[in-house]
Amino acid sequence: MHPPSPRAERPIHPLVVRITHWVNALAMLIMITSGWRIYNASPIFGDWAFPKAITLGGWLGGALQWHFAGMWLLVANGLVYLTYGLASGHLRRRLTPLRPREIAHDFVAALKFRLPHDPGVYNAVQRLLYVAVLLIGIVIVLSGLAIWKPVQFAPLTALLGGYDTARIVHFLAMTGIAGFVAVHLALVLLVPKTLPTMIIGREPHLGRNHVVKP
Amino acid sequence: MKPFDRLLRRPRPDITIPETHLIRADRRLFLRGGLVAAGSLALGGCDLSDNPQVESILGGISRLNDRVQGALFGSTRLAPTFDVADITPDFPFNAYYPASKIRVIDGSTWKLELAGLVSDKAPWTLDRLRTLPQEAQITRHVCVEGWSAIGQWSGVPFRTFLERIGADTTARYVRFACGDDYWTSIDMPSALHPQTILALDYAGAPLPPKYGFPVKLRIPTKLGFKNPKHIMAITVTNDYPGGYWEDQGYNWFSGL
Repeated sequence: MHPPSPRAERPIHPLVVRITHWVNALAMLIMITSGWRIYNASPIFGDWAFPKAITLGGWLGGALQWHFAGMWLLVANGLVYLTYGLASGHLRRRLTPLRPREIAHDFVAALKFRLPHDPGVYNAVQRLLYVAVLLIGIVIVLSGLAIWKPVQFAPLTALLGGYDTARIVHFLAMTGIAGFVAVHLALVLLVPKTLPTMIIGREPHLGRNHVVKP
Repeated sequence: MKPFDRLLRRPRPDITIPETHLIRADRRLFLRGGLVAAGSLALGGCDLSDNPQVESILGGISRLNDRVQGALFGSTRLAPTFDVADITPDFPFNAYYPASKIRVIDGSTWKLELAGLVSDKAPWTLDRLRTLPQEAQITRHVCVEGWSAIGQWSGVPFRTFLERIGADTTARYVRFACGDDYWTSIDMPSALHPQTILALDYAGAPLPPKYGFPVKLRIPTKLGFKNPKHIMAITVTNDYPGGYWEDQGYNWFSGL
């Protein structure tokens, strides 16, 4: 990293956050699509199964190999992100405070499309969603451990209601994350300028003399 | 059994997508392009059976996971046990073949053959196995497919049996060959675990054919497919023996 020049901008998304964001996107894609194939081997909800075309692995054994390879990427990357986020104060700065009144206010404003987008600053609804998805991320890893190792981590499995219940918890956590991804992608399509900021750290310079505010 | 039917099907290559979608340079399309590329990856490129490079990487990670699970394994950590009331009614039959193909083995002529790093290789009859100390357990059987069921098995602690036959318990593997042409293998620490038993009974009565008469390995610290039925021969060895499903890609250690 070069020392910041007087005119240098602080990136909207720090480099660590950008890298871990995209590694996480890949890891999640692997985990969710292979997880769907694993689910299909013994559906929880009646006979309902995921269309095979959107699953990864081809057959149960392949999907399991993907899932138990992807888990290392997901967890290692998640630990880098959380360690950085907690140690640097990034999580505290970006994701707090969470006040019900602000959340309610911003939620109504968002529904009316009256919420201004301020790069790098999250409104209360965004903060709530990001905190929620991080917590669900922790739940999905713990419930995954509980069904992968119900003997070695028996107390964890018991805490999650036993093997069969932990399996449902794992599935519901996936549903929560998939729902988050759907909203997240819809918002990126609505506000496309947020996409380059997650790649290059700032908004792209559009005009010749265009100055981007920090 | 529905899960069983799915298990029966051998892995088939998925439909393949003929061309790779290139990610467009346009940043606005980057994400969509990425998703399409990832989607085609999921659809066509990474089926285990059609991409040797991917297969080799995933296989390598699976072997790494064998070692991680071996390190996680607690040789005295017990699988949770349950009450009689918790036993799953009509415990599922599961195998790589349908229930119509269940092998019926004659217990009066059956003999358990021993091979490998064992000092006393004399075959065992069913009656002689019954003279050894017996232990009962009510534990959860967890299938690789995700479903689970609680059952009650009793039989000879496998450690007792291995000691009785003079097995080299410093060897790495125990291989099981079965009367239904199935085979599998386990690591020695799991073989010596106090809850690993050569099960002779299910729910207090001799194993019916569908549960593996005359002898089944009940090992509640491993997935269901590591619990072979109709055992005909046991080999103690240092040469990796693999297994019916393991050779096709299921993780070898498959510990719980």
